[in-house]
Amino acid sequence: MAAGKIDPMHQFVIAPLSGDQLAASPFQFTNSALWMLIVLGVILVFMWGGLKRQLVPGRWQMAVELLTGFLDNVSMQSIGADGRKYLPWIFTAFTFILAANWVGAMPFGIVPAAHPFTVTSQFTVTGTMSIISFAIVLGVGFRKHGLHFFSLFVPKDAPLVLKLFIAPVEFISFMVRPFSLGLRPFIAMFAGHILLDVFGSFVVNGLNAGGVMGYGVSLLAFVFVVFVNALELLVGAIQAFVFALLTALYIHDAVHLH
Amino acid sequence: MDLTSAQVIGAGIAAIGTGAAGVGVGFVFGSFLQGALRNPAAAGGQTGTLYIGFAAAELLGLMAFAVAMIILYAPPHA
Repeated sequence: MAAGKIDPMHQFVIAPLSGDQLAASPFQFTNSALWMLIVLGVILVFMWGGLKRQLVPGRWQMAVELLTGFLDNVSMQSIGADGRKYLPWIFTAFTFILAANWVGAMPFGIVPAAHPFTVTSQFTVTGTMSIISFAIVLGVGFRKHGLHFFSLFVPKDAPLVLKLFIAPVEFISFMVRPFSLGLRPFIAMFAGHILLDVFGSFVVNGLNAGGVMGYGVSLLAFVFVVFVNALELLVGAIQAFVFALLTALYIHDAVHLH
Repeated sequence: MDLTSAQVIGAGIAAIGTGAAGVGVGFVFGSFLQGALRNPAAAGGQTGTLYIGFAAAELLGLMAFAVAMIILYAPPHA
């Protein structure tokens, strides 16, 4: 990055890690793939550390049990008694989005050339996850109810005239779900990291400019960056929770049809 | 008007949306508190709904912010 020029989009560039690029090949080991593997490693270490099945759980096992119990609760409350069938995907989506958000927000950038890449800041990743959710909803709905699944769009006790209007609206809102579901975690991470980058650049530029004004701006921006980073951790958790909860609610719709 | 000033003005206009989302988020939490203080016993069960409402309002503000930043730093034809 040139001195003084703020370029917050650079952090979202997906590039192959190896120097010589086979430009024709779509199969490259990119920084995105590397950080997905790191996220997977973090999740695996966290889960394995807590799967000792001690009778009296230690701290680590308590943390893992808190996570599994929380997600079990989400699926049971939102889907109902048979919600545990759908827990694997809800659990996968929640832990992956949460770990990716948090790993991406870690300040590894202090070490040169080791800046983290937030996998969930790409719509390809979150969009694919929302399409999986949508596919599960469709599969469950059609398998359980057959063509009767389309009655999801028609309110039961409405007059016929109203039904004609409501059905298309319901259909559109149903078809928009995968987009809004995937857009939410993506845009939250995207906007948050732009904000961090812009204000982080203010810190550096203020220090370079010097003087009372420069240092003052730098200090204010630094305090702001610290608070935004804390907010980013909260938003990362909330977005993962909302993704899991909305997936559970959509599955509930497919299972119970109102 | 040259392209740079048009960009900056456009980004400023796009950033209005973040303030509107602030109103929305405040309304969500304000309404939750109003209900929660009347019936604190029922408040705990509604935190999930609260966060869905928060996320829905927050999303629009973040989108406005992202649009402003794209106009500023990554315009389509620059």
